Amino acid sequence: MRITCPLCGPRDRREFYYYGAQDYLARPASDDPAAWDDYLHLRDNPAGETRDLWYHDMGCASWLLVTRNTVTHAITDVALVAKPGDAA
Amino acid sequence: MRYSGFKVFTEGLFGNKGWKPAWRNPAPKAEYDAIIIGGGGHGLSTAYYLAKNHGLTNIAVLEKGYLGSGNIGRNTTIVRANYFLPGNSEFYSHSLKLWEGLEADLNYNVMHSQRGLINLFHSDGQRDAFARRGNAMINQGDDAELLDREGVRALLPYLDYEQTRFPIYGGLLHRRGGSARHDAVAWGYARGADQRGVDLIQNCEVTGIDVENGRVTGVQTTRGAIKAKKVGMIAAGRSGQVAAMAGMRLPIESHILQAFVSEGLKPVIDHVISFGMGHFYISQSDKGGLVFGGDLDFYASYASRGNLPMVEHVMEAGMTLMPMIGRAKVLRSWGGIMDMTPDGSPIIDKTPIEGLFVDAGWNYGGFKAVPASGWCMAHLMATGQSHEFARRFRLDRFKTGHLLDEEGTGSQHNLH
Repeated sequence: MRITCPLCGPRDRREFYYYGAQDYLARPASDDPAAWDDYLHLRDNPAGETRDLWYHDMGCASWLLVTRNTVTHAITDVALVAKPGDAA
Repeated sequence: MRYSGFKVFTEGLFGNKGWKPAWRNPAPKAEYDAIIIGGGGHGLSTAYYLAKNHGLTNIAVLEKGYLGSGNIGRNTTIVRANYFLPGNSEFYSHSLKLWEGLEADLNYNVMHSQRGLINLFHSDGQRDAFARRGNAMINQGDDAELLDREGVRALLPYLDYEQTRFPIYGGLLHRRGGSARHDAVAWGYARGADQRGVDLIQNCEVTGIDVENGRVTGVQTTRGAIKAKKVGMIAAGRSGQVAAMAGMRLPIESHILQAFVSEGLKPVIDHVISFGMGHFYISQSDKGGLVFGGDLDFYASYASRGNLPMVEHVMEAGMTLMPMIGRAKVLRSWGGIMDMTPDGSPIIDKTPIEGLFVDAGWNYGGFKAVPASGWCMAHLMATGQSHEFARRFRLDRFKTGHLLDEEGTGSQHNLH
């Protein structure tokens, strides 16, 4: 498997760390336990297209939102989670 | 038909013409008292114990493929009771006791072989952790022996004891651990359930779960609608899709675990061995193949095949531990779909929908749990109460914080 990092180009899967589904991007504003359960634990777990978070550990250290198929392993889109300038 | 050595002998004399199919192939009825979704190890053992322990025989097991076509038909077959946490410890202890009586109970040879399991350790800290685990196992009433380096060498002379990177300090020996013939377990339970009147319905995929006023009323399948007041979802790696039909999200992410089998070799590895530093484990099947594997591929997947980085990692770990296997040829490899939970422990519980039960989240440790999982799930479905050995396998424990994180690795699905 190769992942095309928007900054570094196509790179070996070993350079990336898989974190989990895109649910991790929706951090709850409240401290409601059900919302945190949803955020941390409950998953759609689709057999088909999914969007999940990868970290380019041995490259540019960017967090990436990868759109891929869990059945075929085909990757259709890789986007930066934080665009340049977001932090400013 | 009862199987015995005498039966094998007499059938041999008369051309083996008297053998009958081990189970019927019935058409689904319009209604059952209970339906089990999933004809794998856990589903079949649940059906068996529902019939045997609770006298519920008007039940059906619905399997989308053929019986035992999922993980029970292809896994690394390790049976052990070396858990540590209260909740896991008594459950797996009960499971191992059921394994020890399984062949007599089922009248079926599952080739259960208590050849001994050795978990190697490679540092002082790891030795302490294993000593503590061994004490927990003994407290539970199971067996554990802490071996030093020479103790391990006496049993496993072929390991590389000279390496400096991961020196072998010793191992935790669990003599009652071992392996079994995986698909025979499915067949044995299937035959036992069928003999007690359970309908095993193959090529019957569940396409919908009917819920009215918060109660389950039946399922839609590729072979028509079937009514039932109780439905058990026991679908392993596919649990997420099955639960979605009932509008539920489970605390499960499905991952790929690869395993490998070498060509058949003469007997060389007598035990089940795990390498504490490389997440590598190995045993030898009765056919002679070395059966070994390692860690998850680490990303969510239903592909039933893995990627090459983990293949390389497993081979490296194997070569580090026992260089003698370097000339064995790998015959085949596969990827199983593992239902990973955020704490690495399973779920046997009711759901918020009345009459709908779930048995899932076995991570990559479901094989040894097959007898006790069925035992406890059957108890839950028959009585509505959690079995005492499975009372901590709650669906809501992630919300309430009552986790069973055996390895202490955190709440990410792929870290267990």
